[in-house]
Amino acid sequence: MSLYVDKYRPTSLQKLDYHLAQAQHLKNLVNQGDFPHLLFFGPPGSGKKTRIMALLRELYGPGVERLRMEQLNFTTPSNKKLDIMTVASNYHIEVNPSDAGIYDRVVVMDLIKNAAQTHQLDSSGQRDFKVIVLTEVDRLTKDAQHALRRTMEKYIATCRLILCANSISQVIPAIKSRCLAMRVPAPSIEQIKTILQQVSKKEGLNLPPELADRIAVKSDRNLRRAILMLETCKVQQYPFTPDQEVMEPDWLMFLRDTCKQILSEQSPKKLIDIRNRFYELLVHGIPTDIIFKVMLDELVKSCDSNLKAKVVDLAALYEYQMHQGSKVIFHIEAFVANFMSLYLNYLEESVMLE
Amino acid sequence: MNMEGSNKKLKNEFNKLDNCQANDSNFQPGSDYKQLIKDIKKFTTLIQEKKVEDELFKTVYNIAHPRFVKELWDTDGDNVSELSLNSDTSADEAYWKDLEQKMDAFLKNKKINKEEKTDLKTSKDSKPEVPNKPWVEKYRPKTVDDVVEQTEIVSVLKQVLGGADLPHFLFYGPPGTGKTSTILAAARELFGNAFRDRILELNASDDRGIQVIRDKVKNFAQLTASSVRPDGSPCPPYKIVILDEADSMTGAAQAALRRTMEKETKTTRFCLICNYVSSIIEPLTSRCMKFRFKPLGTYVIKSRLEMICKEEGVNCDMNAISKIVDISEGDLRQAITVLQSCARLKGGDKITEDDIVEISNLVPEGLVFDLVESCKENVYEKIQLRVTKIIYEAYPLSQIVTQIHKYITSSNSLTDVQKAKISEYIAECSSRLQRGASEYTQLLHLCCSMGNILQEES
Repeated sequence: MSLYVDKYRPTSLQKLDYHLAQAQHLKNLVNQGDFPHLLFFGPPGSGKKTRIMALLRELYGPGVERLRMEQLNFTTPSNKKLDIMTVASNYHIEVNPSDAGIYDRVVVMDLIKNAAQTHQLDSSGQRDFKVIVLTEVDRLTKDAQHALRRTMEKYIATCRLILCANSISQVIPAIKSRCLAMRVPAPSIEQIKTILQQVSKKEGLNLPPELADRIAVKSDRNLRRAILMLETCKVQQYPFTPDQEVMEPDWLMFLRDTCKQILSEQSPKKLIDIRNRFYELLVHGIPTDIIFKVMLDELVKSCDSNLKAKVVDLAALYEYQMHQGSKVIFHIEAFVANFMSLYLNYLEESVMLE
Repeated sequence: MNMEGSNKKLKNEFNKLDNCQANDSNFQPGSDYKQLIKDIKKFTTLIQEKKVEDELFKTVYNIAHPRFVKELWDTDGDNVSELSLNSDTSADEAYWKDLEQKMDAFLKNKKINKEEKTDLKTSKDSKPEVPNKPWVEKYRPKTVDDVVEQTEIVSVLKQVLGGADLPHFLFYGPPGTGKTSTILAAARELFGNAFRDRILELNASDDRGIQVIRDKVKNFAQLTASSVRPDGSPCPPYKIVILDEADSMTGAAQAALRRTMEKETKTTRFCLICNYVSSIIEPLTSRCMKFRFKPLGTYVIKSRLEMICKEEGVNCDMNAISKIVDISEGDLRQAITVLQSCARLKGGDKITEDDIVEISNLVPEGLVFDLVESCKENVYEKIQLRVTKIIYEAYPLSQIVTQIHKYITSSNSLTDVQKAKISEYIAECSSRLQRGASEYTQLLHLCCSMGNILQEES
């Protein structure tokens, strides 16, 4: 039994639920038989992957859905062996090069070279190029991105790249200018609601509109998360009641709780307690920029407007420094310590004024 | 598909073509009419084998002048109708034999024109052009005369083409102004067919360390070039090394070039191309003739785009073209790329201004305006709401920051001090973003700081 998310994923461009104009554009692109390199970008859960797969299906037919997992081996110049998992069909290959860490350049170069040097044998009724899907391009090192730009031009005859990223701020301009960028905005709350209703109808569930509403709001406009939440709700309690609790991810609750603790007491002792909680989060692989975002949103709630600006300033500074450094815990802690001192001053001042 | 239907259709096709070419009175049929008859025969059997009609029509256009076939057809009108009633192949053969004889008679009266014959042959041989060439490549200037706006360099190159000596060149200027195109066009005109062997083009994506300069460039430069082309016509006795994007060459590699450039002047000329002349070391700049390529004027870009639209049959709004010109900022390559992407995405539909904004990933002006306005109010919740919305809509943040900057600097209501302070924050934000900081926090920070500045002073 598969999850709803996979079960009801639209498989073709016609079946997409939103961004229909863009779907039509993509269809036009495929109909012309050839397309430039593409770069899809948008927030998580907005349907980038779904669109890519639908595009590939439109291009090659149902054969692209016969996927197989492959383990590829790469050797770095320093003779280090790397194993990368890829998902491939006869027509395309999908890789997340950032799995290779700092050696992503080797992966990108070797992979594209291998794929591009093999021509499609029976070109009748098929495209004469393969497609390489690279995910999380924004996490590629600059070195790999520069390597990509050279390989992209060199092998344009035998392969096309489809790049997928959350944001393109970290993608170098040279790559952006070589790709046709497709922006995939997050679905609106309304769109999420209709899709939730559609899914529950297909499952034969009765979803009260109020519940759908709350799931949609809590999902952070992330469709994948919304559908997963729906499924969790179903597991918890069915038939649904309109005032049913919508479960949030436990790390989110944990992080909120941490923020409450920060606001409740500002002392070195508390700071040490909180450090353990952050370690806990990091061990579970919660992305650090999400930690910062949630903390910021939670902490500013109990500040006045003057302090808010200062807190944002701090968050921006430490978040940036965190990306520069290699140990994230220092920067998170520095932010918390700074916030504590700011907040303590603020509280004292307001007591003085009274 | 029955025989009658296809014959009628065929005849219609010929009629149509004949109308088009009625003025072409100079036409004379080719000499190898026997071959022609054979081809036509093959053609009819193809019809009988029920192959695709369109394919057949194409073959026939290549085989013969339509008017000629028409004449032939008309003389045998009766037979055709007979044939169409009778699908027996023996009758068919008899018909064609008869036809062949009549053709002989018909052609005896005509003079054989040799030129026509070669014309026919070339039309047969010519292959369809690769359809999916990027327009940037397709409409690259072919000759020096085609290069637009860069008057100084064009006049120098014309003298070179007229026989003057070619100095080393250094082209610099913003992207998309025709630097590479100019030198390639000049090389093509200088060397003609031998052009591929006479130039060595290295750009930033090629490995270009000091080793490559030492080996590849030196080896290429040491080979002498003859002063005649393979076909015997004269040609300048030197080769050209084009170092594209020379500003990304390492200092050591540039230094290695110094002496090589001087020593090999006999056989080789260098052309360095870069965006910023300041990143080329002094000894190299002093060895070259420097030309600055200025951004292209709006009029030039506009007329180019219109020309391409006409050639490619793209249906494009006038406003859309103006918008492309606007966002390209003198970069013709970008303008053409945007146009082609739009044309591809829209299929055959009309391209409007909104499409251009969407495809070139511009942020709608309204959004930036709203963001700055909510900063002016300086209410955190409102700013936060707007920022979240922008992140959800996935607008590229680097673009937003650029547009905020544009908006701020061109605003009349702000004082210079405010503008300066805000610009500082914009610079900080943009640099942090490029180094991988998260978009949400940084944009929020920028907006909050902007809010503070705007409130402080007003």
